[in-house]
Amino acid sequence: MENKDQEKKSLYLKIMPYLEKYGILLLLVIMIVVMHFLQPDVFLSWRNVTNVFKQISWQSMLALGVFMVIVTAGIDLSVGSIMMLSLMILAIVAKAGAPWYIVVITPLIAGFLCGLFNGLGITLLRMPHPFIMTLGTLYIFRGTGNLISGGTPISGFTDEVRYLGHGRIDLTWLGLEKSQYLPVSLVLIAIVYIIFWIFMNKTRTGKWIYAIGGNPNAARASGINVNKILVIVYSLCGFLSGIGALILAGRTDSGYPNAGLQSELDAIAACIIGGASFFGGRGTVLGVFAGVMIMGILRNGLNLMDVSSFWQQVLIGSIIVLAVYIDVLRRDLGTRK
Amino acid sequence: MSSINQLLLEAKSVTKYFGTITALENVNLKIHAGECLGVVGDNGAGKSTLMKVLSGLYKPSAGSLFFDGKEKILESPKDSQNLGLEMVYQDLALAGNLPIGENIFLGREPTKNLGLLKFLDYKKIKELTDAHLGKLKINVKSADQKVEELSGGQRQAVAIARSTAFNAKVVIMDEPTAALAIKEVGKVLDLINSLKQTGVGVIVISHRMDDIFAVCDRVMALFQGTNFAESELSKTSRDEVIGWIMGKK
Repeated sequence: MENKDQEKKSLYLKIMPYLEKYGILLLLVIMIVVMHFLQPDVFLSWRNVTNVFKQISWQSMLALGVFMVIVTAGIDLSVGSIMMLSLMILAIVAKAGAPWYIVVITPLIAGFLCGLFNGLGITLLRMPHPFIMTLGTLYIFRGTGNLISGGTPISGFTDEVRYLGHGRIDLTWLGLEKSQYLPVSLVLIAIVYIIFWIFMNKTRTGKWIYAIGGNPNAARASGINVNKILVIVYSLCGFLSGIGALILAGRTDSGYPNAGLQSELDAIAACIIGGASFFGGRGTVLGVFAGVMIMGILRNGLNLMDVSSFWQQVLIGSIIVLAVYIDVLRRDLGTRK
Repeated sequence: MSSINQLLLEAKSVTKYFGTITALENVNLKIHAGECLGVVGDNGAGKSTLMKVLSGLYKPSAGSLFFDGKEKILESPKDSQNLGLEMVYQDLALAGNLPIGENIFLGREPTKNLGLLKFLDYKKIKELTDAHLGKLKINVKSADQKVEELSGGQRQAVAIARSTAFNAKVVIMDEPTAALAIKEVGKVLDLINSLKQTGVGVIVISHRMDDIFAVCDRVMALFQGTNFAESELSKTSRDEVIGWIMGKK
């Protein structure tokens, strides 16, 4: 009897780390299977799958940025506004007739500078919590975006500018049909996520970001320049929001005042669903990707089934609470040895 | 200790204010190679503040620090580390979400550099960790275990391993046995004695007279932020030291 119990326990201990690492992916796979059975003709069609990726393209950038901030036990509420301001600057620069290679860099620089502003504000002004600084800049950046554009949409970009958000990679050379193309934004998501996976897991700076989230005093006592790392993290978060703006410019062909409204909350939700801890130091890039996908698939699937968007709100909210509750239960099980 | 060796670190007239509060006033401290200095004092006597000044975490309001006889101004703990001073904090200063090895090398990780990018050399971290833990006879299941999964004693061992991984000259330990089970106290005291034999200067802050009298060569008492008393260990007694802590001579 005791032996059996021990065997069970050791099996459980063997499975736990994998469940902790890949459990969220399991949830994603289950969702895909369920959706496939509910909508067998449409859900896994080429057209719909590429659609999901196009829809999550810019959100995935914001979520990745917010994820790094959450790992440091911080928060960035301004990513939606950073994206909107970067988008407006892009639109104005494009309308002024700047060449495309200038136009595509502007939102990246603008986003980076907004993030730098957040980071310097949090560290130099010694804000009691990043929540306050980024709540402030949520208003400041969106207000600035409206000021410089007059609060009206600016539309019409060249194909080069729209390439990342709207471009298609032809796959007919593989024997596929013309409609079976690869969205450039999907390739971009893959590249950006791989780069940041390497950054967070393989580089020293990435390790320090986790260390700061785990115990900022330990990081400081180890001689890590915590403020410098925080400034880097918030700047990168802004930079990713700038990439989001560039993608959105391609998708909508327009800079508009409501761009990215409340998308900071979507980004935070994706991180939480993906297993990042609000207390910092925990979470993976893969998890964030799964979180973004789960939200994207849920919205897409419910749209396919003609469920009202009000129900979507209720469901996404419920999933956030459920995902965190499962995490709480799992931790309980993990400590009861 | 019969032969007092080279002077490693000296603090002269260190004063530290926090707003209107005077935490330290004209405090002096000396530590020699191979020597263990016990620092005692009641809560709020300024022990922890003094240690944080020595390690560069706080800047002194006045006074100066001499490392190997040369005056140095510390901007951060990194500076004191570079001068060979290591600190084991009371709250252990470990990141629970990281494995043992990465905690030991936190802030000083071996890397493989690719231009500006510094990639962690995980293989080297593991090798160095295993070797170092082995040298100190610290037993853990695996260097990949997360620190939050360890017992209090194991964490203390990791914190000490961390402080000695880079050939430290002076190691400061803040209440090194406070959180430990009795059988683990002896191991830590053994570790302090073996550090002394390798020529390291050890400063132990402790409330426990047992610890002080087991490993220290000299003891100094702080009282309300000032030097109150100091003596070779052989020339004093437990009762006298306890009196100093309470401000009685």
